[in-house]
Amino acid sequence: MTDLDLSFTLNGKPVRLHVRPDARLLDVLRYDCGCTGTKEGCGEGECGACTVLLDGLPVNSCLVPAFQVAGRSVETVEAVAPEVTGPLNRTGTAQCGACSPGIVVMTRWLREHPEVLQDATLRQFMSGNLCRCTGYDSVISGVASVLDPKETAGGEGTSA
Amino acid sequence: MGIGEDRPRVDGLDKLRGAAAYVDDLRVEGVLHGATVRTPAARGRITRIHFDPGIPWNEYVIVDHRDVPGKNHVASIETDQPALVETEFRHKYEPVLLLAHRSPAALRKGVQGVRLEYEPLPAVEDPLAGLTSDRIQHGPDNVFKRIDIRKGDVNAAFARAAHVIEGEYRTGAQEHAYIEPQGMLATSGPDGVTVRGSMQCPYYVLKSLCAALGRSEREVRVIQTATGGAFGGKEDYPSVIAIHAALLALKAGAPVKIIYDRQEDMAATTKRHPSWVRHRTAIDEAGRLIGVEIEVVMDAGAYVTLSPVVLSRGVLHALGPYACENVHIHGEARLTNSPPYGAFRGFGAPQTLFALERHMDAIARRLGLDPAEFRRRNLLRDGDRMATGQVYRDGVDLTRLMDDALEHAAYAQRREEFKRFNASHPYLRRGIAQATFMHGAGFTGSGETMLASEVWVEGHADGTVEVLTANTEMGQGAFTVLAQVAVDTLGVKNEQVKVAVPDTHRVPNSGPTVASRTTMVVGKLVERACLDLAAVVDGVAGRSFSEKIRAWHQAHPGERLVGRAKYKTPPEIHWDDATYQGDAYPCYAWATYVATVEVDLRTYGVQVTDFVASQEVGRVINPTLARGQIQGGVAQAIGWAILENVVLKDGAMANTQFANYIIPTSNDLPPIRVFFEEQPTPYGPGGAKGIGELPMDGPAPAVINAVCDALQTSIHEIPLTPERLMEHLDGADHD
Repeated sequence: MTDLDLSFTLNGKPVRLHVRPDARLLDVLRYDCGCTGTKEGCGEGECGACTVLLDGLPVNSCLVPAFQVAGRSVETVEAVAPEVTGPLNRTGTAQCGACSPGIVVMTRWLREHPEVLQDATLRQFMSGNLCRCTGYDSVISGVASVLDPKETAGGEGTSA
Repeated sequence: MGIGEDRPRVDGLDKLRGAAAYVDDLRVEGVLHGATVRTPAARGRITRIHFDPGIPWNEYVIVDHRDVPGKNHVASIETDQPALVETEFRHKYEPVLLLAHRSPAALRKGVQGVRLEYEPLPAVEDPLAGLTSDRIQHGPDNVFKRIDIRKGDVNAAFARAAHVIEGEYRTGAQEHAYIEPQGMLATSGPDGVTVRGSMQCPYYVLKSLCAALGRSEREVRVIQTATGGAFGGKEDYPSVIAIHAALLALKAGAPVKIIYDRQEDMAATTKRHPSWVRHRTAIDEAGRLIGVEIEVVMDAGAYVTLSPVVLSRGVLHALGPYACENVHIHGEARLTNSPPYGAFRGFGAPQTLFALERHMDAIARRLGLDPAEFRRRNLLRDGDRMATGQVYRDGVDLTRLMDDALEHAAYAQRREEFKRFNASHPYLRRGIAQATFMHGAGFTGSGETMLASEVWVEGHADGTVEVLTANTEMGQGAFTVLAQVAVDTLGVKNEQVKVAVPDTHRVPNSGPTVASRTTMVVGKLVERACLDLAAVVDGVAGRSFSEKIRAWHQAHPGERLVGRAKYKTPPEIHWDDATYQGDAYPCYAWATYVATVEVDLRTYGVQVTDFVASQEVGRVINPTLARGQIQGGVAQAIGWAILENVVLKDGAMANTQFANYIIPTSNDLPPIRVFFEEQPTPYGPGGAKGIGELPMDGPAPAVINAVCDALQTSIHEIPLTPERLMEHLDGADHD
């Protein structure tokens, strides 16, 4: 297979690469661009660990052929602001950390699109990001505290 | 401060920013990618290996069993598991050949281009099925381990019993489903072989590498990388991948990385042992347990691996927190031709506690007692003797712990409310029930004595303190908790203490990161090593501890300032491995969990609508981390109870995807309400007990008991998938 020329914007900066026609966006980000914050958990769009924003919309980068991002904008966990990661850290959102980048990217997106929560609960919305460590309480309270900084850390599921 | 401080985890921000380096994030110049060619059937003999002539094999590095320079085995409790199959194989997906190539795409083609021809041999699928001689593969009867625990006179108790109640309970395999799949990176150079990767137990990996490579501990170095979840799944299997990566790296003369994808990880690595447990219980007129017979069979898979100790913890938890003077517990771990079942959070206890706590509810229903009242009559009280003769003297009032949990869950009100609801609703049924249980912290029996763990705490010339242990951070918070212990003991600031990344050339062997032992056992050693360090600088002038360290270094240029501690068995702890009598664990964490469920009779789906997890865990070192451990364990155990179904084909997992092996999402779970009671134990730092595994033990019986309460039936097997519940209700006597 002949490599393709691929140009896109990654975290605000232009990127130009040669990639295989069957390359996944996930691998191009991780191994060609050095953005290893994006993780592979399942390779089939089930776990959400590889979530990135493509033209501002969350996608599972393991399911996106790299050539499809030509001329478009990709943002990864490396571009997320401390206003998102700080509150998540205080509620214990990250344990092993393998799902965390996907959760961080989704949280950033929710922060920019709070209107979607009119039709879904946080638990429904975050159900595309599998976490095996936390039981989700600390994730949900973390996301809630990012969306509403007045909300005290802890929130649901915390007692005693 | 330190102990008790709600400090954000030390590794949290790096993980959230995507900056933490997991093994597949390491960039190494000239790295080759490694892959494994595996057996295609449950048991057989390889007759020929066929290489597709269309593939340029000279581009590949190929390793087989003849390339193993040391012993061709994965050194564990036994040495029966080969690192690479020679001729005969005992399970599907057993490793035969290793390939490496610079290109991942070419590597995939290479794996597809190897075909193994084999002669099939008769396989064991079911550990309970009768054996034929051509299926015997271990000892006279395929039993890897037998354990017998006896107390009192069981026969006499059954002879005078008012009621004798029996039950059989089964639990299925469970996949760990850590989000980061397994992987290792090996390099070889003039100094020896270095392996980095995702693991729980660097010194286990070191031991097995030294055996397979025929090298000394000085010539092999093992370093943990950030580890994306483990739950026991990275206790023993990482040794296999480490050996494979090292063999390829040695043959290639280049670094080699082996990273499993999700499907290979689920197919080839360990799972929770499936179990079968039979209870026969004698009860007197007053509703007290007077005789208990428990038979436990664990499906161990094809090699011994850790099954003897999993069985041990299983039988030692089989009677749970109840008093009974006449006890016979018999356990066996038996061979089947499945990939070896391995360590998984709880380590045998969740299986036997599922059976016990289901059986306690079944008995209560038969006696017409509220399950809480039946437990109240039988819970251990100070001075009672447990099954091994261990005297219960934790000072925890188990009845009060249970009643508090029921209160938090509004148990009495909900039971009444649900009776009315269930009588009137066309298709929804609600139930509430509990499990009361415990988990022994630390290695079983004389395990800690044999481990003889060692911890160092070093004072550096810049005034900082470094905690050196072999215990890994895998998400549970070990680095944060061990730092808090040092901060507390030395009275220094958080920023002045760091915890070393486990590297077998830098840290002492403080034992594996398993068995709910890190906070309690290793934490206690950190406390003692800190005191040892403090004693050295005691007379040194300085206003703060940091100043004293700096002053000490000025007076001793070029020397190391290290406080040390080594495990010593507390004199009051006695255990006899031959008779299984004595103190099975130095102490236990105790709990009552209460589940509220709603069952939809149209879909047979079970939704857990409320969950109360109440436990006594000694001193809580970090409230957010401790709560996170409990909530995560509860979620994993709810998955085991109602969602996670390992489908076996040829003895191996067939549904090796997150698309068809369903773990809980945020939308499948209610908030998990956590309550701690704290009664300090002398065996842990600041009084802390181990808590990592406890939350895995209780949720399955609590949830299934609640389903049984909702439907007024008795369910004996998990996972309780909707299909299984439908079959049960279609065929069951609704008692």
